[in-house]
Amino acid sequence: MSDAIDLLMNTSLWAAVLRIATPLIFGVLGALLCERSGVLNLGIEGIMTMGAMSGWLAVYMGAPLLVGLMVAAICGALMGLIHAGLTVPLGLSQHVSGLGITLFASALAYYLYRLIVVVGETPPAIEAFQPLDLPILSDLPIVGPILFSQSVPTYLALLSVAVMAYVLARTPLGLAIRMTGENPHAVEAQGLNPIRIRIGAVVAGSALMAVGGAFLTTAAFNSFFPGMVQGRGWICIALVVFASWRPGKALIGALLFAFFDAYQLRLQTAIEGVPYQLFLMAPYVLSIVALILVARRAEVPAALMAPYRRGER
Amino acid sequence: MRLERRAHVPLHLVILAPLAAVFTALLLAAGLIAAAGVNPLTAYGEMLTGALGSRLSITEMLTRATPLIFTGLAAAVAFRARLWNIGGEGQFFVGALVTAWIGHSLGVPGWIGIPLLMLAGMAAGAALLAGPAFLRLRFGVDEVVTTLLLNFIVILFVGLMIEGPMRDPLAFGWPSSVPVDGDFRLPDLVPRTRLHIGLLFAIAAAGAVWLVLARTVFGAETRAAGLNASAAAFAGISLPKTIMGVALLSGALAGLAGSVEVMGVTAGVTTTMSPGFGYAGIVVAMLAALHPAGVVAAAVFVATVFVGADAMSRATGVPSFIADVIVALCLLTMIVALLFTTYRVRR
Repeated sequence: MSDAIDLLMNTSLWAAVLRIATPLIFGVLGALLCERSGVLNLGIEGIMTMGAMSGWLAVYMGAPLLVGLMVAAICGALMGLIHAGLTVPLGLSQHVSGLGITLFASALAYYLYRLIVVVGETPPAIEAFQPLDLPILSDLPIVGPILFSQSVPTYLALLSVAVMAYVLARTPLGLAIRMTGENPHAVEAQGLNPIRIRIGAVVAGSALMAVGGAFLTTAAFNSFFPGMVQGRGWICIALVVFASWRPGKALIGALLFAFFDAYQLRLQTAIEGVPYQLFLMAPYVLSIVALILVARRAEVPAALMAPYRRGER
Repeated sequence: MRLERRAHVPLHLVILAPLAAVFTALLLAAGLIAAAGVNPLTAYGEMLTGALGSRLSITEMLTRATPLIFTGLAAAVAFRARLWNIGGEGQFFVGALVTAWIGHSLGVPGWIGIPLLMLAGMAAGAALLAGPAFLRLRFGVDEVVTTLLLNFIVILFVGLMIEGPMRDPLAFGWPSSVPVDGDFRLPDLVPRTRLHIGLLFAIAAAGAVWLVLARTVFGAETRAAGLNASAAAFAGISLPKTIMGVALLSGALAGLAGSVEVMGVTAGVTTTMSPGFGYAGIVVAMLAALHPAGVVAAAVFVATVFVGADAMSRATGVPSFIADVIVALCLLTMIVALLFTTYRVRR
């Protein structure tokens, strides 16, 4: 048992927490942006898969890593545009459309991967993002390996949290997005177009989700394989509720989840005689428990999942 | 331009909608097939012969359609009441697992054992969905996320069981659970093929679900709950009771899919025994416009695409993932087509 406590003292655990949290931070911010404008985006799982594939493919075909992330963002935005087109102007069921996007985006990603890439015994690999090696800072004890030796996308994720929090809380654009999620009729009365705001939010949010997926193939690993997103998108949907639709709390939620994930991975080897599947289940079970704990006091955007049609109440 | 709700949906539109949706999806997928350097018409021809070209391929396709009818019914029943059961995959697996577990050592004759095992699979699936339904009713937890996360938990649990307590010591290679006793294998429907009488059970289930939905008070209450929950509650319908009833029925149908698949096809449980039957069931239900009779037709269509795509892939080299693309596109085009059956465009 003392092994389990020793693990907590290990800096590599805490460095892993930030690394595992990175795709979740992007994903949860993207889902949060969509939902704040009133659109549930269950396409997230497929959009992350598409991001993972397209970002990796761009780098595989010779693009620089940051361009890879941009390609992923564009592909994610396109998927988001389909979801927005179906759910916002047409007002179709956000549940069904989102699931359709997930099935479509992942199938398309696998199809294109098989079509373009020749897969041999092992999947082909790229030169992925490396951890930063800053003078002095990276060599500091404890904080060096945890905070200053992450890869570039991790810092981008943390920056995105700050930007999202600022934009939503302090800018006219953020106010318009939040108002569209609460009362689109009021937005229309202000002379703004709630339909355009929702489409914009879903497209931007989907781009963020895709970058989260691309982190998996360009930083966490260096190759793409089917099923690699492994429910991270659904975890993000749960984290948005856990965070009661606030970017700061979303960061905390993603870090908490990542901590449990990193810790269970290490516990698997530290504690013997317990089937490894029980450890792998723990993060999913904890997500459900977290949902139960917060569900009662969740401040759901009032117009979430309510399609807006002009002149219809 | 605006949309206006139709007072009455004409029958020809009800039939035309899925046909138009499928046609559009095939047209869009043709672009992807052409990108692979293959003539789309050749590819679709190969798909048709691959799924329907011989006695053997037709029975293979119907074998694949059988679990899809069950999971399609499960999704249709739930979605009608706006209970978003996305956990069909997990319910399929618990149904399969419980069937193999009990069926391995149950000492009764087949004609008693098979119905008992089907009931056990149904109970397991129903129990798995009862949890999320309870959480929604009691705490307001969204069932989409809980049912989705449960799929991952169940798959890990299946892995745990078949590598541990239920491991088949005689299985080579990939771990598999112990098989059901030979007495509980479903008889073949066509000799010397994999097609088993489970197909008849599935069609009977579709008929039974149709009767329940169209001719019982419970069916009327589910429809009311789905169309307008607050109006239904105002009319004196107990929403918690209705939602829980729908959850039990939907979970039972998905569990039955797993149970029948084990007794009819695989005998033992493996983590790879379902190529996404639970998720494909959602597409089947939507293509059927949530109608039980339509579910049978839609399941046959989806099975044709999957079985046909495998054969087409072998013949032309187009990746077989094209089947998943086509099926997903059908879901998206179908919801648009459904919009135009319930609304009309006014200028």
